[in-house]
Amino acid sequence: MNSALIVILAFLLISLYFGIRARQGKQMNLEQWTIGGRSFGTLFVFILSAGEIYTTFTFLGGSGWAYGKGGPALYILWYGSLAYALSYWLLPAVWRYAKKHQLLSQSDFFTKKYNSPALGVLVSIIGIVAMVPYLVLQLKGLGSIVNIASYGSISSGAAIWIGVIAVAVYTTISGVHGAAWTSVIKDTLVLLVVIFLGIYFPIHYFGGFSDMFHAIDQVKPGFLALPDQGMSVYWFISTVLLTALGFYTWPHTFGAILTAKNEKVFRRNAVVFPLYQLILLFVFFVGFAAILTVKPALEGAEVDNALLELSVQSFPHWFVGVIGAAGLLCALVPGSMLLMTSSTMISKNLYKVFKPSASDAQVSNLAKYLVPIVALISLYFTFKGGQTIVALLLMGYSMVTQFFPAIVFSFLKRNPITKVGAFAGIVVGELVVAYTTVTNQTVATLLPFMPQAVKDLNVGIVAMILNLIVTFVVSAFTKKKAAQKELVA
Amino acid sequence: MRFVLAALPFLALIIGMFFANRTEPYVLGMPFIMFWTVLWVVLTSVIMFIVFKTDPANKEGNAE
Repeated sequence: MNSALIVILAFLLISLYFGIRARQGKQMNLEQWTIGGRSFGTLFVFILSAGEIYTTFTFLGGSGWAYGKGGPALYILWYGSLAYALSYWLLPAVWRYAKKHQLLSQSDFFTKKYNSPALGVLVSIIGIVAMVPYLVLQLKGLGSIVNIASYGSISSGAAIWIGVIAVAVYTTISGVHGAAWTSVIKDTLVLLVVIFLGIYFPIHYFGGFSDMFHAIDQVKPGFLALPDQGMSVYWFISTVLLTALGFYTWPHTFGAILTAKNEKVFRRNAVVFPLYQLILLFVFFVGFAAILTVKPALEGAEVDNALLELSVQSFPHWFVGVIGAAGLLCALVPGSMLLMTSSTMISKNLYKVFKPSASDAQVSNLAKYLVPIVALISLYFTFKGGQTIVALLLMGYSMVTQFFPAIVFSFLKRNPITKVGAFAGIVVGELVVAYTTVTNQTVATLLPFMPQAVKDLNVGIVAMILNLIVTFVVSAFTKKKAAQKELVA
Repeated sequence: MRFVLAALPFLALIIGMFFANRTEPYVLGMPFIMFWTVLWVVLTSVIMFIVFKTDPANKEGNAE
């Protein structure tokens, strides 16, 4: 056993301890377990949200994008800021409505707003289909992080099993309290590690930031800006806007909103969060530093290992262990939220709908017992998923983005969307997302006659536009019918 | 007024990116497009701070 592995295991045990201890002194009914009894203050909501947002994808994918794609990676910084600006108005409205009607999940929200259990079921199923692959992504990331950071002394598969058992145990016992407490450890560690790496690498290998960027620009001219075609300015803007819309439509992110004890929490966090995002800038710095230093150069999916490979190449074992531990925690925290939200939705928004006689205690217990089961299903897909899971992964974010119109328009004084309209719009949006992802379509292949600027648009725009058209046309039609009925009656 | 302020980061993206998509000049050691991005991340926080301070909804119930 090497020192890196000892450090990683130590952090895992500390997290497990805090995760389990978080339960202390709480009556764990479903409201307490899944949204902390609506009791979290500004700091806890902040840490929980940060815990969810900065995942292994941020850690590995962010540096991987900077390493492999350069300038386009900056889109990740933009969409967060814009989403936070929107959050100032959106989140208090969501929270207020959820508090008034004692809602526990995103599906509850749709069911209540549109007075339609069917819509709640639809949203639950789509949410779960999007969340499980997202969990699988975290687990795969966990596997490669621990494997590389322990210098191969523990296999990726074994690391995934250990991580999943730990997260399933503390999530079942403590629910969102466990996620919040492990998130405290995670965000502190990640912040320190990432800022250190982002400053150390450019200075150590290049003498400074300016020198590093000049060196890259010399070897790869234009790499630091956006290209004229493909990931062009048009791609950039459309991707940022689309991704910002999907930011709060993930069911587990939505669930985290409900943990707050008052709506002011969100307004405060909207001020701090953009700045906090700069942690990503340091992740990018690491990715850029790896471009001319990691030998041999990484190819294909390997680019996501840029941060780890450079670290292994540069630091003593124990410190690589600390980096590995930070990466491990980046998988566990979102993992516990995903597990918990999926389980809550299966129990409350699927099981209870089809078996209305189930008592609150039964629904609550079922949600907890489902955690290890969902964990096992995710493990199965992690090891045996193959191509299906890859396709679902690519789709996940676009899938939940399709919820945006039905959520936002429902807050207008007179909601222009009917339940049938919302249902139809979401279904059409998801079908378009599935079709374009599976057949690998882009706007360029769908509309080859368009000018280059249009061809570069993110293909998700097509799904969103069709979703909006169907939503409003169907809504207008069903509204008229309802009005006619009233006249006749 | 607060909505106008909050719209600025969106304009900085939708209009600004066409002008900011360049490597030169370097500012604070960063290529220009990166500097522009970081600048607006910081300004978004500043703007939301002003919005927060001027929003009457935050006046009442200071107790956490």
